[in-house]
Amino acid sequence: MGWLADSLDSIRTLQIRHVLTQVVSLGMIVTSALIIWKGLMCVTGSESPVVVVLSGSMEPGFKRGDILFLHMSTDPIRAGEIVVFNVDGREIPIVHRVHERQDTGEVDILTKGDNNFGDDRLLYAHGQLWLQRHHIMGRAVGFLPYVGWVTIIMTEKPIIKYLLIGALGLLVITSKE
Amino acid sequence: MHSFSYRANAVVTFAVTILAVMCGMASLSDNFNSPSPTADVKVLNINWFQKQPNGNDEVSLTLNISADLSSLFTWNTKQVFVFVAAEYGTPQNALNQVSLWDGIIQSKEHAKFWIHTTNKYRFTDQARCSMPLFASGNNLRGKDFNLTLHWHIMPKTGKMFADKIVMTGYSLPEEYR
Repeated sequence: MGWLADSLDSIRTLQIRHVLTQVVSLGMIVTSALIIWKGLMCVTGSESPVVVVLSGSMEPGFKRGDILFLHMSTDPIRAGEIVVFNVDGREIPIVHRVHERQDTGEVDILTKGDNNFGDDRLLYAHGQLWLQRHHIMGRAVGFLPYVGWVTIIMTEKPIIKYLLIGALGLLVITSKE
Repeated sequence: MHSFSYRANAVVTFAVTILAVMCGMASLSDNFNSPSPTADVKVLNINWFQKQPNGNDEVSLTLNISADLSSLFTWNTKQVFVFVAAEYGTPQNALNQVSLWDGIIQSKEHAKFWIHTTNKYRFTDQARCSMPLFASGNNLRGKDFNLTLHWHIMPKTGKMFADKIVMTGYSLPEEYR
């Protein structure tokens, strides 16, 4: 029991105010990140304003690890635009270029990766010939190379993610200023 | 106050800020470029024109594409994606765009080109699968269409640009051949 009392004492000697300040500043960091993300969602109109390119199907334009900024407006989608879409039954969104489009009141589009030989019908859900608006997450308007590697590494090697979060948390708790 | 972590933090923050500002400036500098591209597409021959077993019209063309896109290139240009699309309207669809040929230009030296080719992708008028009986895709007989040379500039970093040159006055024959 003496050991427990000692450690309780040492916690008490850490100034309570100091600990509270650290907790509040940590909370500020997390919430401001959330505010920025949600704000971007409102401004761009896309459910995911920034995406990471995961495959080489758009090489040499977009390589694995590049990031794209998306925008979703009410303008009809035209051939040549690069769109990010979700296919029913697939988790991961795909970044490809609009190869063909039809305007049947609702816009139907067919996509193709710049680096692929054929169009994307094989990637779509079974029997699906066209993508409609509800499949589209947004069109790519901006590009930044390499930055997405951070997320790729963290999702593929979760141990690095936990190490990083642990180290940052430790830094915040132990910092003296 | 002058601990190692404090200094490392300051250096990294400064470096990332400068990098972000430089990327932004590189992207903004693209706006000072006012390109004057030229293009011409000729339909040299209609190789064949027939109805497929599923009822859709399909045509094969021989095209002569010449273009000078070298003025699109700036120091921030990674590549230019160029494609020729046939554009036409049908009773069902206000605007159909079908990509016939595309290419990737990676340097200014290759941006002035001349190519003699058949259509790389199939030029078919595809019926909507949801109501195949009513909207069979036999719309191409005697159809007037535009050939449009589109380009999409993919930057090293920043905003992407796209534009097009529309060439009008092409039409398909009244009879299958």
